[in-house]
This record gives sequence, structure tokens and C-alpha cells, in this order.
Amino acid sequence: MQFMLLFSRQGKLRLQKWYVPLSDKERKKISRDLVQTILARKPKMCSFLEWRDLKIVYKRYASLYFCCAVEDQDNELITLEIIHRYVELLDKYFGSVCELDIIFNFEKAYFILDEFLLGGEAQETSKKNVLKAIEQADLLQEVYEMV
Amino acid sequence: MPAVSKGDGMRGLAVFISDIRNCKSKEAEIKRINKELANIRSKFKGDKALDGYSKKKYVCKLLFIFLLGHDIDFGHMEAVNLLSSNKYTEKQIGYLFISVLVNSNSELIRLINNAIKNDLSSRNPTFMCLALHCIANVGSREMAEAFAGEIPRILVAGDTMDSVKQSAALCLLRLYKASPDLVLMGEWTSRVVHLLNDQHMGVVTAAISLITCLSSKNPDEFKTCVSLAVSRLSRIVSSASTDLQDYTYYFVPAPWLSCKLLRLLQCYPPPEDGAVKGRLVECLETILNKAQEPPKSKKVQHSNAKNAILFEAISLIIHYDSEPNLLVRACNQLGQFLQHRETNLRYLALESMCTLASSEFSHEAVKTHIETVINALKTERDVSVRQRAADLLYAMCDRSNAKQIVAEMLSYLETADYSIREEMVLKVAILAEKYAVDYSWYVDTILNLIRIAGDYVSEEVWYRVIQIVINRDDVQGYAAKTVFEALQAPACHENMVKVGGYILGEFGNLIAGDPRSSPLVQFNLLHSKFHLCSVPTRALLLSAYIKFINLFPETKATIQEVLRSDSQIRNSDVELQQRAVEYLKLSSIASTDVLATVLEEMPPFPERESSILAKLKKKKGPGAVSVELEDGKERGDYLSHSNGSSTPSPSADLLGLRSTAPASGATPSAGSLLVDVFSEAGPSATSAGVNDDGFLRFVCKNNGVLFENQLLQIGIKSEYRQNLGRMYLFYGNKTSVQFVSFNTTVSCPGELQSHILQLEPLVEGGAQVQQVINIECLTDFIDAPLLNIKFRYGGALQNISLKLPVTINKFFQPTEMAAADFFQRWKQLSQPQQEAQKIFKASHGMDTEVLKAKLLGLGTALLENVDPNPENYVCAGVIQTKAQQVGCLLRLEPNAQAQMYRLTLRSSKDTVSQRVCDLLAEQF
Repeated sequence: MQFMLLFSRQGKLRLQKWYVPLSDKERKKISRDLVQTILARKPKMCSFLEWRDLKIVYKRYASLYFCCAVEDQDNELITLEIIHRYVELLDKYFGSVCELDIIFNFEKAYFILDEFLLGGEAQETSKKNVLKAIEQADLLQEVYEMV
Repeated sequence: MPAVSKGDGMRGLAVFISDIRNCKSKEAEIKRINKELANIRSKFKGDKALDGYSKKKYVCKLLFIFLLGHDIDFGHMEAVNLLSSNKYTEKQIGYLFISVLVNSNSELIRLINNAIKNDLSSRNPTFMCLALHCIANVGSREMAEAFAGEIPRILVAGDTMDSVKQSAALCLLRLYKASPDLVLMGEWTSRVVHLLNDQHMGVVTAAISLITCLSSKNPDEFKTCVSLAVSRLSRIVSSASTDLQDYTYYFVPAPWLSCKLLRLLQCYPPPEDGAVKGRLVECLETILNKAQEPPKSKKVQHSNAKNAILFEAISLIIHYDSEPNLLVRACNQLGQFLQHRETNLRYLALESMCTLASSEFSHEAVKTHIETVINALKTERDVSVRQRAADLLYAMCDRSNAKQIVAEMLSYLETADYSIREEMVLKVAILAEKYAVDYSWYVDTILNLIRIAGDYVSEEVWYRVIQIVINRDDVQGYAAKTVFEALQAPACHENMVKVGGYILGEFGNLIAGDPRSSPLVQFNLLHSKFHLCSVPTRALLLSAYIKFINLFPETKATIQEVLRSDSQIRNSDVELQQRAVEYLKLSSIASTDVLATVLEEMPPFPERESSILAKLKKKKGPGAVSVELEDGKERGDYLSHSNGSSTPSPSADLLGLRSTAPASGATPSAGSLLVDVFSEAGPSATSAGVNDDGFLRFVCKNNGVLFENQLLQIGIKSEYRQNLGRMYLFYGNKTSVQFVSFNTTVSCPGELQSHILQLEPLVEGGAQVQQVINIECLTDFIDAPLLNIKFRYGGALQNISLKLPVTINKFFQPTEMAAADFFQRWKQLSQPQQEAQKIFKASHGMDTEVLKAKLLGLGTALLENVDPNPENYVCAGVIQTKAQQVGCLLRLEPNAQAQMYRLTLRSSKDTVSQRVCDLLAEQF
């Protein structure tokens, strides 16, 4: 995977994760173009599209769009389920996650993503294991703070 | 409620985020942010030391501001400080800030690397993972330099925690992608491969991404992964849906891992070991069978995960392209998906079928779905799906269905989305030309194309139709009649006027017998369009008019009148004015004979690669942005060349089609193949360049004199087997004085490996010494190895550099095959980039025996009785490199009358087709 973007129906970026080296300028241009392209698509359309030399896989959950850019040989359907698994993880962690959770706790959203995907590849697909890692970290910070 | 509500929340941050959200305007938001930035700056600069919590809070605010899209130019140092905090939460925020915001050339990288080093050696798995995540997120070269040696150790160490192994594997993958030269697996290779056997599914899931990437780059070193991957896959595929516990996703066992395993296998050819292969085929069959079982859940996640595996399995089947039974089953399965109610599945089925269409085993099976695909083109509501359908129609097109497919694509064009029209036009034009049985159909198709989508018809397309009409006299009358009819439309596209003007100017006489299209009617029709056209088209029409004067003397007065009018002869455009003046003069002073000679019918164009195909290839290249023509100048004008000379040369590039010019004589590349460098001019300096063509003379032969000057003669003898070669070099001292410090070196491009046996530094006068060079071909290549020879002769240093005649064709193994096989394979290699073609003038005699000897010398098998035309030659061979074998087919069509050749190469690798074509084209 080359990058993942989360954005709202108003086109506001909520999370961006880049797995390839790109300058700030390029990132901004890509995000702008892609957000525009996807928001212009109608609800029943296909979740995949060719964009430049990448394949875009996206899905909308409530007010948020989750969008991944993968390479030519990558599998679209499994990428779609990567998105879903990430949504499940957020949901489980926050308890019925909504856009506001991700806005106010953006750092947590990044931490969970890093446990699930690293370098653009699935690191741990078990929901239990990912959440266990996050909970352990949460626990660790409490212990440290009590000392 | 989980941790969110716990005491770690940063109140100040939450307040700030709320403030931003409450801003009514962009200006208010910027104002609030600037206020916050000033506040943070003063806090960071203040003389009071900040506690860890405040530092964390402010760094987090900066991060939030950055993610809103604002630039952040401070706070990096504070973030780095957080890395060495002993509070986990502070460390974590520090790492996050750096992952998101630090670019690789930051001066802070040393400090960051230090902190990472500490955490990696802390033996605390949570800290280690944080550090590894940071490396994987930044992935800079400096980090690779610092950690690429350490991480493999962590990855394979027996006492590393599973979660750390997972992070280490993917961290290494990121470093490898960014700096492959720094990540050396070496001794760890086999232990890394064996991670595929790890008990922990998460470790396998992470490690396999690394292994796949490494395998694709070094297939040989990692080839033991194939059998491990097959057995792992087999265990997953045959497991019950609950066996894998949390790795089962909506009743599908380990879908991510399954997909990755199937993907890894696509780095390799089918397993050679029968047992392994049998097991794999069984897996693939099971996956195909499961697709027919009723779903275990109605959730879309279930079917997506299941089908993700199915599509990956089909990709593997297509990659192998050797199991007809599986290929046909795959095709049937995709056929079912073509009518599925899920748009996503229809899209993927169309996409996947496109690759199936090029396999000889499934091409026919794909063709049976033509009606469904046409229907998709007409009814799909999503343009990206329609685009896939159009691609598939293009891929499944052959002679049997070309008329139907072209007709459907044409009718689709009328309503096609603007974004894909240009590509569609090119595809229609190519199919029409490729499968034209009768050329009247071809002409109809192209004229329809112009009528329907004139704006998207590029120059290449209408140049091409003219080229073909000129070259084929059986279609000229029909073309004239058809354009004449097309021009009757009250509004016709300017491209139609161009084609019409050109064709009527050449062949209007063929329809002039009919009173409905008498010369004057033709002229009036053309001239009625004149005023609506752009300058280049008008220029073309003026040329058509002068051609009319020659064809039909009875139109002379009318046309002269037109030319004489102020709007022509005093036109403000210089080009138009000049034409009007010159044509008027020409028509009044030249005798009929002179006129007939000057305005003679156009000679046939030399056959060459379709320029449309070249354009599509370009379009389909990386980036796939539409390619603008470099020369905006109108060059479709057919008289501009005859202004000066009365007999246009038959090969003059009148239409200026930008295809590869026929290579004749020494090309620049041939000139620079041999580099002679005399650092100190010796007596031999004058003989530089003697062997300019030395390199190319050895393409089709292995022995001979490679180089000779007044001092030295170098002869070679070489032999090749598989991907290995051995070359004997004979250095002859032509003088009576000894050469001292005689030293030779060979520098190879990366695709070759060479070993040279060193010589004694003395070569006596009149003596000959022999040297052996062993060469191994790792993968296909273009650049030849460079031989550098240095020696002293009478005190002067001699320095000679030569290209060694090691060319890709040396590694050919001839392949005999029957005509049917040949054509089947030929067709399989029909993607534009797989073909390379050159049309060129013969530089030597065209003697049959000489040609045959050269083709045999190339290394391929010369196949008799294959080409229906006995004048043509076809050859087949396989290029053996260490990395892969590349099958290669060749066809050479001599045209004795024109003293020309057309050479076509097809192979599974574009670089190989091109290289062999380039080399061979210089040989005849």
C-alpha cells in the first residue's frame, strides 16, 4: 500500500498515512485531487478506480471516507477488508466510533493503525492481538504515571 | 469504556481542538492557530523548564496543526527530547511527531537514531516496537545505514517476542524498498524463509510481505520458500473455518495470509517437484470449489474475503499459464461474476478476464462472454466499469469477432465519457487496421470514427487512413466515394475535411464519371467547407485544388478564380497567401506535362509500424498521461515537399508520421559503440576508429578480428551455453618491440557477471597471448561489457577501450516448433509492448543463403514452412538468463523490389524484443 487517507464528506482530511517518501507538496496535491475525485462519485459506484498508475480502493462509513492507494499487483478486495478491519478496530477501541472520536483522539487512531499496518503491509490481522497491544500500552502509561 | 476516557487525556488539546472546530471561517481558524503557535513558541523559548506533560501536550498540538494542513517549522527538538522520556505516553507522542513530520534529511536524525538505538536495546518489547514503527514510518537512508544490520538479527533471534518480530519484518521491508543496497540478508536468508513455518500466524503474515519483496528481486536465493508456502497454504485452505480462531475473518480462514501466499508464489514458475505441484493444484481446485459453495454468511465481508483469495488464486493460475483445466475453470468463474449484482465483482471479473484473454488456453473461453461484456459496456452506470469492459473487448478481439467489437465500440463512443474517448478512438483505429479483411470496412470505420468523435481523433489516426488508402489501389475508388458522401453532411468535422481534401485531391478522378460527383461538384463541396476551417486545413485544401487542376482541366478556370480572389492572394496568413500565389502561377505558366509531373499521384508510403500503435503504447506507459505531439506544425500537407523538386522521392516522409525512421548507414549508436581513448598519443593514434563497426559485426558470429591498429591485433573466439559464455581473446603484438605493463580489465553492466584470467605483463614483439573471460548472464541487458587494455610501447602509454561483442542474442537456445504452435504463441504475445518492429533499407545484398546464415548465427531456430509467404523468415528461440527465460519469436519480411525489410520481434519481455530488434536490424 502506498498511502491511506481518511476524510469527511466535506473533504476535510482526518488522517493521512504515507508509506512512500513524498514531499509535503506532493502529498497535499495528491490528497486534494483524490478527495475531489472520490467525493464526485455516486454512492452505488464501484469501490475501485484507476488513478494515475495506482489502484484506489475506498469505502464510506457514515460521514467518513476511508481510501487506500495500492499498486498494480495488489488485491483490491483484500484491501477493502483491510479498511473494514481498521474500522472494526477503531469501533472496538472507542466503542461505536464516530468521526469526532477520530478528531479528538487522532493520536490513538495513528497508534492503532501502526499496530495493524506497518510499512503499508498487514502486520497483525487478529483483532484481539491488536487491541491487546494497544491496551497494554495504555496500561503501561498508567503504571508509569503512577510511579 | 476503554482507555480514551482515562486520565491520559490532554485537556488543553481537547479545548484547542474544540476551539478550532467552532471557528466560523477560515480566517478565524488561522487566527486561532497563529495565537496558539505564538503561545507554544513562547513556552518552548521561555526560561522556565517545561515538564514532560506540557511538552507532550504542545507537541501534540503542533502535530494537530500540521495535520490540518499548516506548516510547522519548530518543535522538532522538543519532540526528540520526548523520545528519551521514561514515561511511555510521552515517548509515544514524541515518536508519532517524528514519524509524521521529520523528513529524512533533518539534522536531528542523529539524535533520533540515538534514541531509537536505546529503545531497540532496552529489551522492553513495547519500546522496541515503538522504535521499529518509527523506523518503518520514516524509512530514510540514514536510518537504513544505522539499523539495517541490527534488525535482521532481532527478526530471527530465538528470544524475540512475536510482536517485535512482526514489526522487525515489516520495518526491514520498508528499509529494503528505500535502500536495497543497504539491506543484505546474506546468512539470515534461510532463517527468514523459515519464518513461513512460524507457529504464530501474525509473524507469518508480517514476514511473508518481506519474503515476497525479497523473492521478487532475488528469486534464486529464496526459492526454498515455494514448498514452504505451498504447505502453509494447503493447511489454511483445508482448515475448518474455526480452526484458526481470531485469524478467521467472517468464516474465512486467514484471508490476508492466503492472499499473500498466493502472491508470493507468483514470483516463481510452477513448482518443479511433482508432489509440491500436485498439492498446490489441489489447493487451487479447492479454492475454485469453495466459490461454488453456498456462503456461510450474508455479510459482504465474508464474500469479499473469500473472493479476494479466489481472485488471487486466479492470478496465480494465469501467471502459470500451463494448466488448461484450471484456466478454463477460472474463466467460467469470472463469467459468473460478470453478471453478479455487486459492482465490485463485475469490475474485477472484467479486469481479470483481460489477462485471461491473452492465454492461448483460455482465449476461446473468454470469447464466449462477448455478449455480456458488450452489455456491460452499454449498461454499466459506473464509467470505471465501462472502461474495464472496453479494455476486455479490446483484449478478446480477433479476426472472428473484430467487426462486431469494432461496431460496438463505435456506438459506445457516441456516449462515452470524455475522459476515455481518446483512448477508445485509438483502440478502434488499431483493431480496424489489425483485423481489416477488406479495406473498405477499414475506411468506413475510420470515417465513422471521425464523424462520431472527430475531436478525439488524433493526427496519427487520420494520417494512417491516408497512408493506407494511398498504398492500396483496390480501396481508392471506394474511399473517394465514401469521403464524398461523408462531406455531404451539413456539419462535418474538420478532420473529415482534411481526409476528404487529401483523398479527393488524389483520387477524385475515380468517381468523376458519375454526374452526381463530377469534378465541379467535388470542388464546390470541398470549397463550401473552406471558410469554416483552420489555417492548416485551408492550406491542405489549396493543395487539393491545384491537384484538381491537374486531374480535371475543366475546373481550371473556376479554381484559378478562387485562387485569384483577394481573400486568397492577399490573405494575411503568409502560408496561405504564398500557396495561392504559387499555385495560381503554376497553373497558368506550366504546360500540361510539367503540371502532370509536379502533381503526380503520391507514391506509396514505406510500410512501417503503425504510428497509432506507437501512440497507444505511449499512452499506456507509466503514468498513462495523454501524450501531446511535440510538433504542432501541420505536416499533413502533401505538396509542401514538391515545391522545390518535381519528383518526390518515394521514401520521403511526406506525412511526417513520427515513427522510427528507417535505419540506414551508420547510426549514431553504432558510431559510439567503440570508444578509443589514447591518453598519450602514440604512433597508433591515427588508427582510431578502424573497428567502428567491430561490435556489430559479431552479433551473428562468434569468431573473428575484433580490433586492429598498427601495434596490436585482437582476435576473439567465443562459445555460449545456456546463460554462460566463454570468450578467448588473442592479443597479437604486431611490432618487434615488447609491450610492457600489459594489463586488461573488464567492466560489466550489472546484468552480467564476468571473470577474467589475468595475463603476464610482458608481450614480446611478434608474440600472441591468449586470455579467457567467463561471462554469466544474470538477466537481460543492453550494454555490453567494456574491455580496457593498457600497455606501454616504447615508453608511451597506450590505452584502448573496446566493447566486447556480448549481446543478448548470444544466450539464445534455438526452439523448433510447428506452424500451429508458432502462430499460437505469436498471438499470445500480442500486447503492444511485447512487440518491436523495424522497417529498414537493405544495406547488403538480399541473398537467401546469406540471410539464412545470419539468422542461424543469431542463435534462433530457423523455422521452415511456417510463414505462408515463402519469401519470409520466421525464427524462434529462448533467451537463457539466470533470472528467467525469455521466449522470443521473430519474423523477417524482405521486399526485394523495394530493397527493404520489415523485422518484427515478439517476446514476453519488452526490453528483450526491442534490444534483439535493434541489434538484428543492423545486420542486413
